[in-house]
Amino acid sequence: MSNGQWLLDGFSLAAIPDPVALAYDEPVDLVDFHFHLSRRQFVHTLGAGLVIAVAHGQLLAQEEGGERKGGRNRGGGGFFGGGPISYAARLHIGKDGAITVFTGKVEGGQGARAELTQAAAEELRVPLDHINLVMADTALVPNDGITAGSGTTPRTVPAVRQGAAAARNLLISLASKTWNVDPSEVEVRDGKVVHTASNREQTYADLAAAEDAATVFQQTVPSGVTLTPVKQWKIMGVATPRPNRRDLVTGAHQYPSDIVRPGMLHGKILRPPSFGLNSKPAKLKSVDVSAAKAMDGVVVVQDGDFVGVAAPTTYLANQAIEAITPTAQWEHPDHPSSSKLFEHLEKTARGGVPENPFADELSTAAKTVKQAYHVPYVQHCPMEPRAAVAEWKDDKLTVWTATQGPFAVRGELARALRISEDNIRVITPDFGGGFGGKHSGESAVEAAKLAQAAGKTVSLRWTRAEEFTWAYFRPAGLIMAEATLDADGTITSWHFVNINSGNQSLEPHYKVGKAKTQFIAADAPLRHGSYRALASTANTFAAENFMDELAVAAGRDPLEFRLAHLQNPRLRAVLEEAAKQFDWTNRRNNNRDNTGVGIACGTDKGSVVAACAEIEIDPKSKEISVRKVCEVFEAGAVVNPENLRTQVMGAIIMGLGPALREEMKFEDGQMQNAAFSKYFVPRFDDVPELDIHLLDRPLPVRSPSDSPSAGAGETPIIAIAPAIANAVFHATGQRIREMPIRLAASA
Amino acid sequence: MEATFTLSVNGRQHLVTTDPQRPLLDVLREDLQLTGTKYGCGEARCGACSVLVDGKRVFSCRTPIENAADKTILTIEGLVDGDKLHPVQEAFLAENAFQCAYCTSGMIMAAIALLADKPHPSDAEIVAGMNRNICRCCSYPKITSAIRRAADAPVVAGRS
Repeated sequence: MSNGQWLLDGFSLAAIPDPVALAYDEPVDLVDFHFHLSRRQFVHTLGAGLVIAVAHGQLLAQEEGGERKGGRNRGGGGFFGGGPISYAARLHIGKDGAITVFTGKVEGGQGARAELTQAAAEELRVPLDHINLVMADTALVPNDGITAGSGTTPRTVPAVRQGAAAARNLLISLASKTWNVDPSEVEVRDGKVVHTASNREQTYADLAAAEDAATVFQQTVPSGVTLTPVKQWKIMGVATPRPNRRDLVTGAHQYPSDIVRPGMLHGKILRPPSFGLNSKPAKLKSVDVSAAKAMDGVVVVQDGDFVGVAAPTTYLANQAIEAITPTAQWEHPDHPSSSKLFEHLEKTARGGVPENPFADELSTAAKTVKQAYHVPYVQHCPMEPRAAVAEWKDDKLTVWTATQGPFAVRGELARALRISEDNIRVITPDFGGGFGGKHSGESAVEAAKLAQAAGKTVSLRWTRAEEFTWAYFRPAGLIMAEATLDADGTITSWHFVNINSGNQSLEPHYKVGKAKTQFIAADAPLRHGSYRALASTANTFAAENFMDELAVAAGRDPLEFRLAHLQNPRLRAVLEEAAKQFDWTNRRNNNRDNTGVGIACGTDKGSVVAACAEIEIDPKSKEISVRKVCEVFEAGAVVNPENLRTQVMGAIIMGLGPALREEMKFEDGQMQNAAFSKYFVPRFDDVPELDIHLLDRPLPVRSPSDSPSAGAGETPIIAIAPAIANAVFHATGQRIREMPIRLAASA
Repeated sequence: MEATFTLSVNGRQHLVTTDPQRPLLDVLREDLQLTGTKYGCGEARCGACSVLVDGKRVFSCRTPIENAADKTILTIEGLVDGDKLHPVQEAFLAENAFQCAYCTSGMIMAAIALLADKPHPSDAEIVAGMNRNICRCCSYPKITSAIRRAADAPVVAGRS
């Protein structure tokens, strides 16, 4: 993985990783469900296969109104979603003038609902409240790809804008044809097409009701439609609150956990007491389910390792599982403990730990610095644990579930239950937090299996302990860095190896001479997957901690040393602004006892960030408190300033957890801290003084249909941990090369 | 053994026959379909399940139903007066004091309890009063602003 071009460029387009074309994926360890197939199911599976061939599009109609016609041109799926879609798949203009816009993206608190509503309203030239946005219902919406990788802003916002802008152009052309005038003389405002010269106007509703409109709306949305330039934005770029906010403060909004269906049962799964081989759950040797079966109203489902119950109340379902738990016998293979985690990763690195290829530099350098960094497993712990409601009707399945990838979960359900995707509808109501932790559909599959066997709708809601144990984790990482300096204190070579945690932001963001970066997989003891910014946090923690060490070796101020090696003008701009706003030089030189300041910067997914932190250390307990964080962030043109500020604020505070306290501990295959009483996420009393600055600088666009904005939900988290570690060094002279960053108490 | 309890929830009386140890949270959500109150941890450590019992904040996930019987229970659904929101709800809206908002019901109930006890809390008192509630989106500064705003509003007590 070479870094060649990145370093050579100044402020050219090539210096900005193209967030649209980025070859990006976030593999997540999925659970392998091995359900047995009954003969009856087998026949049905064949039947469903035939249905695909002859009747694609004949789907469920369980909800009011059933499936929308023409709304399923959804392409192949995957990280980026399907291919081109029709106008009708993207939006609908009712005869009453109501505009409904469809997107496969989900809302998990990151702000997609407001942003995509703005996108449609901007291009259709209507007020925000004219748009009703339908999100994440596989029967209704196009597949816009999984909601991850900061992809909504650079990819789905332009897609929605293209659909809306093309529809606007279509309506203009319909009106100008009717009036027999040139389209250039026709204007659009407030949901009306207007010809000022002849004082004529038609509403969108009138135009959409025309006979030929229905036909033209079945056409494919052309690519390359010109979008409204940033300078002409009236709705985008303006602070926009969440459209469904009132229901969020009254308790009226139904999260996936809150869905209630007639005759619904509550499910519970028998979980192993420990992990098994290859980061999978331990295998079940035997269990006696008769005690649960004997309980009134309880349905027991057993299929291989899968054992679960469904009951009229959660309380009864829990009792049923508790009744059979003592009878269960599980395999208990050796499992590496968290205290030996980094030895384990080093030992199992595929192909071994690579040698530094720059032997010539090592032999001639004025100075060489070599260090290793540790980043443990952490959990996303979204406030709403995994949840799903599954309902079968005539061999068709509807699942309401919290996931970042409803189309991907539809595929998981199809594979696990061996039915056609066309017989599955996945609906994702706005849910309670993802942070990269909900790419998968475990609860959906489990609920569907229980519901199928019980013959009733089942709601399955994971407990916090289940979420802390059987969901996936941000991967632990062992990072090894070695660099050389010449006599002037300039970096001449850079060898940077990440074992296990991932390749995001692996390339140095500095000019470092010869460079080689490598990501190496290892035998991961826990199931892992995405997380807000994923490995960018680990790699930036190591690289920015390491840069501070190099600055010391070169005898330079950390800011000056960074700027001397920094070419990316966007990154320079945020770093210089952060130093200015924080009053870096003055604070660094006039430091009080037991306090320190640190600085760090980084880039990921086309956005750039810099942070300065001030910390204070309790002289006795050596506990580290973060007093102040100044962060400057830039992600191109700001679409929703209110939401962006909130996301940056949330990322900084969330980042304090893994920086200072969070780490999953496991011993003999058992999780030791699977509870909020043992795993300490940030609370009110952790919040430092925050000084957040957002730079609003549209990215140069490659075409009029391109995005001037990068995604912004992740990158603001990556600079906080290294800034704190560097501040601890400033305060104490101790270099902490592991997260969480802690000091041993005084004797 | 099951027993029958009288629950007064949001001004309405309910008779519930169930196991005395069953959590109030489950009864609210599963028997009374009041799903605005959320499960977050099951160990009274996150505050998502907060409701008011006789005006005091309790963690409904760890409150056996028998302990709530014959008491006055207020949940998030009981705050609106017709179309009119409670001042704390208004303040949360005005400050956009949420992201995913799954914690919001519990935050609002905890804030109402805090303001009933300390109508004009200092920032330190807000932190102390709210520190048992978790927001994983980390909207804490905005929640604090919302509580300050509610404290400054002309009518704070509302119907609590």
